[in-house]
Amino acid sequence: MTDTTSSQPAPIEIPEGVWSQPAVNMSAVADLESVEAVRSVRAFASMTYDYTPGLATTRFLRAIKEKRLVGERCSETGKVYIPPRGVSPVSGLPTTEQVELGLDGTVVSFCVVNLDFTGNAQEIPYVSALILVDGSDIPIYGLVREIPYNEVQPGLRLKSVWVEDSELTTSFENIKWWAPNGEPDVPASDLADYI
Amino acid sequence: MPEDATTMGDEDVLRAPLVLEYPFKRTTGPVIGAFLTALREGRFIGIEDDNGKVLCPPVEYDPASGASLTKLVPVGSEGEVLSWSWNQSVRDGQPLDHPFAWVMVQLDGADTPMMHVVDAPHEAMATGMRVRARFASERIGSMDDLLCFEPVS
Repeated sequence: MTDTTSSQPAPIEIPEGVWSQPAVNMSAVADLESVEAVRSVRAFASMTYDYTPGLATTRFLRAIKEKRLVGERCSETGKVYIPPRGVSPVSGLPTTEQVELGLDGTVVSFCVVNLDFTGNAQEIPYVSALILVDGSDIPIYGLVREIPYNEVQPGLRLKSVWVEDSELTTSFENIKWWAPNGEPDVPASDLADYI
Repeated sequence: MPEDATTMGDEDVLRAPLVLEYPFKRTTGPVIGAFLTALREGRFIGIEDDNGKVLCPPVEYDPASGASLTKLVPVGSEGEVLSWSWNQSVRDGQPLDHPFAWVMVQLDGADTPMMHVVDAPHEAMATGMRVRARFASERIGSMDDLLCFEPVS
């Protein structure tokens, strides 16, 4: 317990039959009844890690700082993975061949987010999509904007929208969001392997 | 991710601090809530069991019988150190930023000890010593309202 909230919730009426703690007898500490009771606390659980993404993802992040998307290919299946983790999840072999990918992609599936939650920086509703980057074989998550949420559908072609060149870092946050690139939709049959 | 590189084999790999934080908010219930309310007022309360024994900090249920406990009672802000352990190497997030003692302190009027810390030099620490609570000047109804205990001189 490190902090309390300043806005205390109102007492909740618990329906009959639902378990609750018995009321306390405050006759011996009656003066505490004249002050506002503490009803909740903020209890942050915080863990600080020293994170290293490993060799393959480091290569990916160094490329993304140069506004390039680079995947890595499985030597056995030929599939290209992004972001690369250094090993093929199918064959278990190291992925040693780096593959330059496009900066456009295709919506494979998506979700319209209507519920706000702690830490969310987006205005609701917004669209979170699985996007297949051109040249890759596994979709990545991305935010879809510049189109009404009810017009997003699988097959929608997108371009990546990046931060200013001067703001590029070794972070996925270089891509602010994805937006329609104007190309015709990809037929659903072409996406069957990725859903 | 900042360009803070380390080596793995022959290649440099990135590394960065990563903080994973869950901003939990939890309700206190009437007993713990009353204890925290008292801390905010700069004092302590305990809870009395059926035999008249006072537990501080208060608990909702009798540890022996499991019966609900409801009678809150005042407890003093001074007490006696029943046992202690010296903390020489201070870590982030600990109650004090210099070496201190972890203690079991039994407050006046209570029959059970609570765990906390005493801010005193190592040579001042002794079992049976008298201590008093030091509260934060700005209190919000949190365990952090109680900063530590200090020797009664």
